[in-house]
Amino acid sequence: MLAGAGTLYYKEVLRFWKVSFQTVGAPVLTAVLYLLIFGHVLEDHVKVYDQVGYTSFLIPGLVMMSVLQNSFANSSSSLIQSKITGNLVFLLVAPLSHWAWFVAYVGASVTRGLVVGAGVLAVTVWFGPPSFAQPLWALVFAVLGAALMGSLGLIAGLWAEKFDQMAAFQNFIVMPMTFLAGVFYSIHSLPAIWQKVSHLNPFFYMIDGFRHGFFGVSDVSPWLSLAVVGSSLIVVSAITLRLLASGYKLRS
Amino acid sequence: MTAALHFDHVSKTYRGARGTLQALTEVSFDIQPGEFFGLLGPNGAGKTTLISILAGLSRATQGRVTVMGHDVVSDYAAARKSLGIVPQELVFDPFFSVRETLRIQSGYFGVTGNDAWIDELLAGLGLADKANANMRQLSGGMKRRVLVAQALVHRPPVIVLDEPTAGVDVELRQTLWSFIARLNKEGHTVLLTTHYLEEAEALCGRIAMLKQGRVVALERTSALLAGTASTMLRFKTDDALPPELAAQARVTGRIAQIKAQDAAQVEAVLARLRAAGVRVEDLEIGRADLEDVFLDIMQGRAPAAVQPVAEVQ
Repeated sequence: MLAGAGTLYYKEVLRFWKVSFQTVGAPVLTAVLYLLIFGHVLEDHVKVYDQVGYTSFLIPGLVMMSVLQNSFANSSSSLIQSKITGNLVFLLVAPLSHWAWFVAYVGASVTRGLVVGAGVLAVTVWFGPPSFAQPLWALVFAVLGAALMGSLGLIAGLWAEKFDQMAAFQNFIVMPMTFLAGVFYSIHSLPAIWQKVSHLNPFFYMIDGFRHGFFGVSDVSPWLSLAVVGSSLIVVSAITLRLLASGYKLRS
Repeated sequence: MTAALHFDHVSKTYRGARGTLQALTEVSFDIQPGEFFGLLGPNGAGKTTLISILAGLSRATQGRVTVMGHDVVSDYAAARKSLGIVPQELVFDPFFSVRETLRIQSGYFGVTGNDAWIDELLAGLGLADKANANMRQLSGGMKRRVLVAQALVHRPPVIVLDEPTAGVDVELRQTLWSFIARLNKEGHTVLLTTHYLEEAEALCGRIAMLKQGRVVALERTSALLAGTASTMLRFKTDDALPPELAAQARVTGRIAQIKAQDAAQVEAVLARLRAAGVRVEDLEIGRADLEDVFLDIMQGRAPAAVQPVAEVQ
């Protein structure tokens, strides 16, 4: 069981690592472009927190956005590709439990998310050394957020039968929810109604909690963010495990 | 003795938007350890459905299946460890080399550090010089060999081959069959589905035939052949056969085959051909082969000795 899950984790990591130019290099470049453009244009115009420049504010948001999007992309794209090309049969005939599938796919998603996040962070050092007021918070939110997105990616990969369904899931759910979660702004700068709406978005808590690790200040308490992110992770994981155990869209 | 494979009243109904399809009905038979067993039937007879249930890709609506005594649902891990499946579709993971593919597949079964066996498989299947090639670079035949190696990499006692020679060249067929025959001699149980009936006749000790989801024959191959004690008249001709002979003949291109029970009937057929002015070339008289038996059974003309099968063993 342990060897089986370990092998699947290894295979999933090897899969994205073999195409790291696309799976790691490209998202790092995208994040840097965002930083260059938004940072340059808005640095002198937007004030978010006292003593925190806009570019510094933007960096953790972009890092976390990259972590979340790439964690989701890893499990979802791997699963849908295997389903469509038919090579998922090699996993289906293996004696792997639904827990083994879950741990391996989500573990690999977290790994990809953290690798991309670290890559973005490493490149942004050029814009000024990052501050780590409370680094443990940053690590906790990066890991929990990546696990949540890896798990969500598994659900999407199980559900989708075609690449355009997967693209719809990514473009109409994941992208808007990450973009509208305070990557580029503090929700305190929003009108009251949109502040309330933002509080319903679990992605907001992932990014706000992560940012707390950098500056020691955030829009809401990191403990509240931890509670929201932790409970979302439990709910999404429970659904994923249930779907895997039942063989949803895997075994007829 | 525990059966290597045990199918116990297995039924499968697919329910979809366009109604229900009864793919299997009360399929029951056992395969003993060490057997080389053939599962035959026309397209849509339920062969692949039965193998999918065995492999855990699909679930039976009723009945149960065991592999070496392990239930494929309640004890799936032990059942799957005992089973090596060569799927019908030519599938592969384009990210990996042949050796990586085999190591990964082995790891899924909890077997690590077995490079010696992987090397033996690669050599036995003529893949030794392709070990480090990416799967995408391989020809169809080579990919098929890797599928076989993947099924065997965890050394399962039971091997299932679902139409492994469909569309592959003669050389691969020979390599494959000599390798599988060797494994069978070493004690592995083999379940084979194939469209090539001469392969089944040459390799399988026992055969089950499926038709519309039911077992319609289950016998030793020799008994199936003996059951149709008829003689077969084969010849080539460019002429049309007289109607009463055309009705009972099996015609493939220029080759016509007509069944005859004894020498007197052979004479009668020849006389009729002569009278009709049919020019006959390459005339030969032989015994019926598995293809004749198969067609007889599928068309419901089988001798009583071989059909239908109610209960098995």
